[in-house]
Amino acid sequence: MTRATGFGLARGAAFAGAAVAFPFVFTPAWIVNIGVLTLMYAALATAWNLFSGYTGYITLGQAAFFGLGAYTLGITFEHVGIGSGYNPFYALPLVGAGVALASLPVAWIALRTRQMTFAIVTLTLLFIVQQLAFNLHSLTKGSTGLMLPTPRFPIDSYDRPFYLAMLAILLVALGLCWLIMRSKLGLTLLAIREDEEKARGLGIRVTSAKLVAWSLMVWLSAMVGGVWAYYLTFIYPESSVDPLVMIGAVLMTFLGGRGTLWGPAVGALVLVPAQQYMITRLGASEFYLVGYSAVFMVVLLLLPRGILPSLRDALDSWRERRRTHGSKPVVHGEVRA
Amino acid sequence: MHEVVQALILGILVGGIYALMASGLTLVFGIMKVINVAQGALVILAAYLSYALWSHLGVDPFLSIVIVTPVMFVLGVAVQLVFVRSLRGPEASELSLLVTWALALGIEGILSVAFKTTFRLSLPSYADTTWTVLGYQIAEVRLLGFVASGVLLALLSLLLTRTRFGRAVRATVQNPTAATLLGVDANRVQTLSFGLGVSMAAAAGAVYGVIYPFNPGSHYDLISRLLSIVVLGGLGSIGGAVFAAVGMGVVESLVAVEISPIWSSFSFFVVLIAFLIVRPQGIFGLRERVL
Repeated sequence: MTRATGFGLARGAAFAGAAVAFPFVFTPAWIVNIGVLTLMYAALATAWNLFSGYTGYITLGQAAFFGLGAYTLGITFEHVGIGSGYNPFYALPLVGAGVALASLPVAWIALRTRQMTFAIVTLTLLFIVQQLAFNLHSLTKGSTGLMLPTPRFPIDSYDRPFYLAMLAILLVALGLCWLIMRSKLGLTLLAIREDEEKARGLGIRVTSAKLVAWSLMVWLSAMVGGVWAYYLTFIYPESSVDPLVMIGAVLMTFLGGRGTLWGPAVGALVLVPAQQYMITRLGASEFYLVGYSAVFMVVLLLLPRGILPSLRDALDSWRERRRTHGSKPVVHGEVRA
Repeated sequence: MHEVVQALILGILVGGIYALMASGLTLVFGIMKVINVAQGALVILAAYLSYALWSHLGVDPFLSIVIVTPVMFVLGVAVQLVFVRSLRGPEASELSLLVTWALALGIEGILSVAFKTTFRLSLPSYADTTWTVLGYQIAEVRLLGFVASGVLLALLSLLLTRTRFGRAVRATVQNPTAATLLGVDANRVQTLSFGLGVSMAAAAGAVYGVIYPFNPGSHYDLISRLLSIVVLGGLGSIGGAVFAAVGMGVVESLVAVEISPIWSSFSFFVVLIAFLIVRPQGIFGLRERVL
C-alpha cells in the first residue's frame, strides 16, 4: 500500500465515521431531514459522476431511474409485501439491479449515437418513464399517486434509518468510484472520455466498459429512489421523475468537480443546505426556480471545472512556488487522471 | 378509414408548427453545435407575449407574429452574447446543453412569477370556426397556423439559399474553419443565427398560444418533443427536422385515434428509439466525422 492510498483510505474512514455519528449527535428532526436530502443528492451526484463524469457522455435521464427505483419499491410493497422497519432496505440492491437490467437495452441503443444525441435520447427517456407512471394506472395509480405503508420507526428518531440508508448508498457509490479509478475499467473510461475512436481503434472494449459504468449508475440511482419513496411514503409521477432533482445532481457534480472522487459529494454538501434554505425563504416554486437557475448559470459560466480541481490547482502551484522559490520557472499543465 | 384520414390531416397541420420550432433548434445546432434546451421555454415565452398583446391591446395573435418575432430575435442575440458565446473548449457543446437548461428554468420561473401557473389560451373571434371539406373537419386556427409556419419556413429557406448571409451560414455549417479562412465572420454568423433560431421559436409560440392551452411548465413537454424531432431528423438538418415533425404529428394523431390519446406522445418516443437502432445518425444526419 502506498502512502497516497493509505491517506485516501484514512480520509474515507474519517468521513464515514463523522457521517455515521452525525444523526446521533444532532438529533432534531429538521437537521437530520436536511442530512437525508444532502446524502440523497450526494449519492445521486456521485452516481451521475460515475458514468457521465468519467466517460464524458452526459446523461440527462438519471431522474428516470430514480423514479423507476421509487416505483419499483412502491409496487413491490403493494403486490409482494417486503415487510416493514428495516426490511425494505435489504430489498433495495435487488430492486436497483432489476432497474439496471431493464435499462440495458435502451442504453445499448443510445450509446451507439453521438454524445449530443445520447444526451437527448436519455432526456426523452425521462419523459417516457414519467408518461408510463401516468398511464400504467393499474400499477402506479397514475396521477393519484402511490401510497406506501408507513414505516414503523420510533417517532423521535424517525429520520435516522433513512439517513443511514442514504449514507450506506453514498459510501458504496464512493467505494465503487474509488475502485474504478484505480482499475483497468477506470483507465478505459478515461480513454473513452479523451478519445473514444482512438481507444476503440486500439482494441479497447469501449462498449462493455460504458455499459458497466452505466449499469452501476442506474443501480445506485434506483436504490436512492427506493429509499426516497419509503421515506416520503407517497409518490406520484411529477415528484418521482422530476427533472429538477436530476439537474440538481448535475449542478452539484459540476460545482464540486467532474471526474473527481469527492467533488459531487462536496457539491451536494454546499448546495443542498443552501437549497433548503432558499425553499423555506422563497417558497417552493416561482422565485426558487429563478434563484436556482441563477446559481446554475454562475457555476457553469464562472467555475466550469468545479471547486476541487480549482483548489488542487491553487495548492499545486503554491507548493511549486515554495519549492522552487526564486529559481527556475514553473512548468504547468501536467496530465492527471 | 374516415377517422384515419382525419387523423392524417390533423397530424400534418400540427406537424407544420412543430417543424417551425424544430427548424430553429436544428439550425443553431448545425452552426455552433449547441443544443438550445430553452427552445421550448422560448416558445412558451413568445406565447405569453402574444397572449398579453391580444388580451391587453387586442392585437390578433397571428398578426402579433410580426411584433413578437423581432423582439425575440433581439432576446436571442442577447442570450447568445451573454450565456452561450463564453463557452469554449472541447466540452462547450455539453456545457451549452446545461446552460440553456438553466436558462429554460429561469424563463419558467420568471413566467410563473409574472403570470402564475394557470393555463392560458388566446381566443380570437374565429377560434371555434371549423370548415368541412369533403366531410373532413379543418379548424381555421390550425390551418392558419400551418400556413403561417409554411410561409415562415419558406422565408427561412430563401434566406439560407438566396442571400449572402445565408451563404455564410451554410459555409459555416459545412466547414467552420474554411469559412473563417474565406472571410466569414464566424462570431457574427453564430450570434445572428442564434437570434434567427429563437425568432423561429417566437413565431411558432404565437401560433402555439392559439391552438394549445399553455402554462409556464408546458416547456417540458415541448422540449422533449422538439429534441426527439431534431434527433430523428438528424441533428443539423432542417429538411430532416421538417420531415420528422410532420411524421411525429401524424404518428401521434394516428395513435390517438386508433389506440388512445394517453399513449400518443409516448408512441413517438418509441418510434425514435426504434429508429435509432437502424440509423443512429437520424434520417438525414451525417455520420460522425472524426477530426
